[in-house]
Amino acid sequence: MDVAIVGASMTEFGEREGWLVDLLAAAGAACLDDAPLGPDAVEHCYVANMAGGEFEGRTGVMNALVQELGLIGAYTQRIDQTSASGGAGIHAAWQSVASGASDCTLLVGGEKMTHRSTPESSDIIASLTHPAEYKHGVTLPSFAGLTARLYLEQTDATREHLAAVAVKNHRNAVDNPDAQFHEEITTEDVLDAPTVADPLGLYDFCPVTDGAAALLFVPESVAEAVTDDYVTVAGVGGATDTHVVHQREDPTRLSAVAESAETALEQAGHGIEDVDVAELHDMVTLLEPLQLEALGVTDPGEGWRPAVEGTTARDGAFPVNPSGGLKAKGHPLGASGVAQVYELVAQLRGEAGPRQVPSDVALATSIGGFGNCVTTTVLEGAR
Amino acid sequence: MSDPELLAHGCPNGHYTNPGHERCPTCGESQRETVDLADRTGEVLTWTESTATPSGVRRPNTLAVVVFHVADTTVSVLGGTTEPVAVGDAVKPEYVPELRDPDVAVREAASQAWDGYRFRPVRDE
Ligand SMILES: [Zn+2]
Repeated sequence: MDVAIVGASMTEFGEREGWLVDLLAAAGAACLDDAPLGPDAVEHCYVANMAGGEFEGRTGVMNALVQELGLIGAYTQRIDQTSASGGAGIHAAWQSVASGASDCTLLVGGEKMTHRSTPESSDIIASLTHPAEYKHGVTLPSFAGLTARLYLEQTDATREHLAAVAVKNHRNAVDNPDAQFHEEITTEDVLDAPTVADPLGLYDFCPVTDGAAALLFVPESVAEAVTDDYVTVAGVGGATDTHVVHQREDPTRLSAVAESAETALEQAGHGIEDVDVAELHDMVTLLEPLQLEALGVTDPGEGWRPAVEGTTARDGAFPVNPSGGLKAKGHPLGASGVAQVYELVAQLRGEAGPRQVPSDVALATSIGGFGNCVTTTVLEGAR
Repeated sequence: MSDPELLAHGCPNGHYTNPGHERCPTCGESQRETVDLADRTGEVLTWTESTATPSGVRRPNTLAVVVFHVADTTVSVLGGTTEPVAVGDAVKPEYVPELRDPDVAVREAASQAWDGYRFRPVRDE
């Protein structure tokens, strides 16, 4: 069964006063307001969330959300795939409708993080690693530092070239009222920032963020009957790479991005060259070039060029992260994959305002760990 | 008392990993071989100095991926370093009884080991 998205929302990202269920409820209610269907229609309600139990000491958030939104009776589950929980939520929501198990699925992704100190939140996130990694005090940024040093040695890329990703995505976020940051930054700002994981600095990395986002999925036949303004889920693919990051044969190749995208694009009947706009998981600047390489947008070792040459700018041939990306919009773990698709729905509906790029086909990639688990989604505007 | 081993785990098809796994990640066979790397010399593939470290972890925390030759192949090992290193440096493992403070880690202290090896550069004599 073909699946469509008929409602989308996100809360403002940043430091928010509400706790996890408050954020989920705000995004879920706004999504139902945006959709031509009411709460009565919802049969499944999924919550994408990495670590509500660890951040806040609260479990059972999916059941709490069902009651807050007046969805009592609906089947519910929480979906955790670490920082790719949002993408995994899309996979699950799409599956529920495509299989016929649900005729209307609400997906809400969210995370509440900013009440924790940086050492605490980096420890919660690092707890996704293997004991042999965890005991050494690894963080996700430290994997990025290890990989960036190899990438800079093996390619013609420099730190300045990687900084171009941060400059571009901050520029894009200026026009996104829901983004955490609204200030442009310069290459010098990136290069002069304090080191976080040598050779990378503070402005190479996304911030710590609170926020939520939501999407409403129905069969395309239902979407056609209730609105002219829907987006179709043309393909979804999920894949995994090694859990132990240093056990990859080629540490600079994101094989789960390549495999999940191949699945999603094949399902959609598209090649990567058909994609007009993408939201990629730029937890760190380096990941945007590595994803462009894994997606086949560039050859291996060349993925740093598009940001430098302007190809991935909003007015470029292949706009990437028009929303500002995780880098500048913020990265509330479980919300991010959902918020990527929120942005692409706005783009495909022609409702992205100053961020609008011409688009009929869009792609989002949601990454867990350092490429450990990945979901790629391909969307098309209403036919 | 001698230091614990730093093991590379191998399958019948000659693939080695550290840490080991229930089945070989490459071919799915059981990993029955072990090779102790504790006295061997490896080479730094890449390194980072992490300054935003989790609770209970030294700051800064310099980490490296070190490659060892085993049989006809190589195995990568992740660990801290005792001092700054460069790519290509020869290093030897050095045993550390407690790599971080388990009592302030998110992870349950009893659920895993906290000792292990950091890498010390081998300087020319
Ligand atoms: Zn094997």
